[in-house]
Amino acid sequence: MVSLFFLLIVAVALAAFAFGRSRGRAFVGGGARLHSLPVYHGLFLATLCVLPMLVALAVWTPLAPRYVEARTLAALPADLAPQNALEQEGRLREARLVALGQFAGTPDPGIAVAADAYSGARTEAEVALLVLGLAGAAAGFAFGRRRLAPDFRARNSFEHVTKVVLIACSGVAILTTVGIVFSVLFETLRFFARYPWYDFLFGLQWSPQTAIRADQVGQSGTFGAVPLFAGTTLIMLIAMMVAGPVGLFAAIYMSEYATPRVRAVAKPVLEVLAGIPTVVFGFFAALTVAPFIKSVGETLGLSVASESALAAGLVMGVMIIPFVSSLSDDVINAVPQSLRDGSYGMGATRSETIKRVVLPAALPGIVSALMLAISRAVGETMIVVMAAGLAGNLTFNPLEAVTTVTVQIKTLLVGDQEFDSAKTLSAFALGFVLFFFTLALNIIALRIVRKYREQYD
Amino acid sequence: MTDIAAPPPGARRFGLSSDEAQARLRRRHAAEARFRAYGIGAIALAAIFLVVLISDVVVKAMPAFTEYRLTMTVTPTLEQVSSDGTTDPQALRSGDYDAVLRAGLQELFPQVTTRALRRKLNNDLLSSGAAMTLRDRVLADPAVIGQPVTIEALFDDAADLYLKGLMTGRRESAGQGQAQVTLDGEDVVLTSSAPDFARALAEVKESLREEAAADRREAARLTAAAADVSGDQREALQRRIADLEGEAAAAEARAAAADAPERLTADLPSKLVFINGGIVKLTEISASEARGTVLVPLANTDAVAAGRWDILTLTQPEANRRLDDQVVAWLEDLKQRGMVASHFASRFFTSGDSREPEQAGILGALIGSALTMLVTLVLCLPIGVGAAVYLEEFAPKNRLTDLIEVNINNLAAVPSIVFGLLGLAMFLNFFGLPRSAPLVGGLVLALLVLPTIIIASRAALKSVPPSIREAALGIGASHQQAVFHHVLPLAMPGIMTGTIIGMAHALGETAPLLLIGMVAFIVDVPGSITDAATALPVQIYLWSDLPEPLFQAKTAAAILVLLAFLFIMNGLAILLRRRFERRW
Repeated sequence: MVSLFFLLIVAVALAAFAFGRSRGRAFVGGGARLHSLPVYHGLFLATLCVLPMLVALAVWTPLAPRYVEARTLAALPADLAPQNALEQEGRLREARLVALGQFAGTPDPGIAVAADAYSGARTEAEVALLVLGLAGAAAGFAFGRRRLAPDFRARNSFEHVTKVVLIACSGVAILTTVGIVFSVLFETLRFFARYPWYDFLFGLQWSPQTAIRADQVGQSGTFGAVPLFAGTTLIMLIAMMVAGPVGLFAAIYMSEYATPRVRAVAKPVLEVLAGIPTVVFGFFAALTVAPFIKSVGETLGLSVASESALAAGLVMGVMIIPFVSSLSDDVINAVPQSLRDGSYGMGATRSETIKRVVLPAALPGIVSALMLAISRAVGETMIVVMAAGLAGNLTFNPLEAVTTVTVQIKTLLVGDQEFDSAKTLSAFALGFVLFFFTLALNIIALRIVRKYREQYD
Repeated sequence: MTDIAAPPPGARRFGLSSDEAQARLRRRHAAEARFRAYGIGAIALAAIFLVVLISDVVVKAMPAFTEYRLTMTVTPTLEQVSSDGTTDPQALRSGDYDAVLRAGLQELFPQVTTRALRRKLNNDLLSSGAAMTLRDRVLADPAVIGQPVTIEALFDDAADLYLKGLMTGRRESAGQGQAQVTLDGEDVVLTSSAPDFARALAEVKESLREEAAADRREAARLTAAAADVSGDQREALQRRIADLEGEAAAAEARAAAADAPERLTADLPSKLVFINGGIVKLTEISASEARGTVLVPLANTDAVAAGRWDILTLTQPEANRRLDDQVVAWLEDLKQRGMVASHFASRFFTSGDSREPEQAGILGALIGSALTMLVTLVLCLPIGVGAAVYLEEFAPKNRLTDLIEVNINNLAAVPSIVFGLLGLAMFLNFFGLPRSAPLVGGLVLALLVLPTIIIASRAALKSVPPSIREAALGIGASHQQAVFHHVLPLAMPGIMTGTIIGMAHALGETAPLLLIGMVAFIVDVPGSITDAATALPVQIYLWSDLPEPLFQAKTAAAILVLLAFLFIMNGLAILLRRRFERRW
């Protein structure tokens, strides 16, 4: 239905455009001097017709399902009236299936009545959309048509609308941020209403399984997130131990030493590495690196968990090498050549120049690059989901299995979920922590660059 | 003039040619070389990792691109394939095609009579997909009912793995001497004029020694582990260690008695003898003769000349395999009859997901990804370009604009899983959009890549020189006309490049799709953006979790397909940049 309506919108727009343009041309033919080109008369008229239709659709989309649902539920006989939300959903689904003719078997007569009400209400809603949309388009058309005249400033009116649309496009970024903040904030507040926030932030035990029956022992569900923070930190540290030095040295070599031919080979290598999806790294970490580390550890007589933090951390480190190197590369390149020349002129070797002159000058940028890399490592999901563990062990031994914030968010939210349990809500609390932690890191990184950057020009 | 040459009073003098100075210079140059080597090492490390990663995936993926099929002739009867005795397509669809295949297999192995063996023959050899192949064949041409039809039936995944050589190592050796076959009740006794069986016995002793050594290693490892634990755990470990030591000692004793006959139990490598058109599984070997059970009947019990009979050793013991020696013997027999062939597994690209690894394909995931990308592109290209045009060309310098810019930069660094939370809370719970649908996946990914596209588009717009804008304004174009008619078209190649790179990023993104429920097991290929679907990276994640080796191969193969798409997209972006980018 909605796609049909979109087709209708396109058809109306085309018709209005053609009409408006021909009117514009008729004015020219009549010898009048137009303010705006005929095309703009068409565009103006089309906009006036389309906007009411879009408004109608925007109003209809959230309202129609509610209306249909209410009508269907009202039609249910008293003995089938749902007692709770779950039953209500089941009844609605059944009625929908019966109405669409996909119900297997013979439906209950009560459900059949509801199904009739459902189809009836749906038809009404669709007709309402059509009527509303076409009426709006007609009104817009009538209004616009009266304004078309040789001296009408059609271009200015149309450009005004365009500008509003462009501003709306830019506003999507703000809306997204607001959406993220609200969606995690509300659920997080609901979580903290059931579970004290200090226990969440400082508790040492993470076991989100909640009791199915009230009398079950040890199933109370404790949400002490410290083991998750510790696990995330451990894996992040391992990753940064790989990505920090390797990424930095790669950047130094690429910007200070590499000949154009070496650059032509090395740069694509890093770019390809950056373009590999994280799920591929996860597969590699879980199926190749982790067993390899385990077998190496066993030959050395160490006991290594099959989902060791080391495997996930190493692979994650490799994943962020290109990130560190490309950011540092930009920063190092931004150091003016005159500083290097001065250092060479004093007789310093290249490496001395880099260590004593270039790196100190680029330090704020490098620090911010490393901070951005940390935020990337903390928020990375697929590698740890596939290669790290699920149990919240509070340990800093890289050979043991640890779990991370992102793993828990994914584990708690995938599969069946009831939106009222502390278990599900705790995932949003974790998301809240994750979002604000990475946001803070980004803001601090940008601040560092702004504050400590040397202005050379 | 001359006072430049005179050193200032009190300055230290360095002789550039003194030994001290030379040594210092050498040290500095060595430090220089080391530093440079670190840089080369870092890049080499990244390159080596990339090569290892890709070759690992390629090697793992290879088995997924071929499949073994059994070329067999079956005769479907009307009673079997039609549920009501007519050739109505509806009736043919619900026929019992398994029965036809069962009859066909029975014909291939008429000597299989016991219930247990028959069940094994029917269940362990062919995939359930074989019946589908036959059904499609019959539906396409009902005239074949009652006629012999030759079909290519897909093997079950375990049989397929065996035939690909991935289940166990195989070692074939031709018999060196003349073999005599004697029947002894149910068993067959084989003797050879050459020391064939003495060699086989030595091999068995060798595997016993290896087994003992493995037990000892495990015991040593557990002893080390037992030092760290206490109480019950320690006791259990010590019991286990004692058991292992005992097993190792027993195995060593058997291995030491060089001539003592050995029973070939299920935890030792199997030995199959191919003789007189049949297959015998050895159960007991001594230096002079071997005793075994018949897996595939022998044509006769004649003596066989040297080189006309073979011993096949399966290095993986029967207890550690999914396929027992009986099924292996059937497969080997079919192979000798020339009925087994390897084909390109086009099924991988033309079918949806399945619980059976040999039937699983990526078509559903590919279509799901394509629909998701479509939604993403339709949303984020106009919105992204619109936002970029506004911010770059029209926006006044004020606090709102600043806020938007800071927002866009921050969104680019928000972890992708947080966008999944947004999708779950907003699109699914608040707006009530359908779960698992490409529509929601596309919406979330559009928001995810929007910052990338806005930033790339702004860079492209910025690179168009102001002279273009000014020339347009100078001949009387409005500001918008200048932008939309002149600046934007010139910036389009750059915008397209950014969009393609953003879409490649979206194509590989997994985490947000997990949260909005695109992880369900979905067999059907999705037909619209509101159908339940999964995407290619999510399919990779789902398969990588499954224990079957063939699913692992398919995971790697799906990764190759994903990487291929990403390389094509990035290549296209580079091509666009090279071809259309203008330096002003």
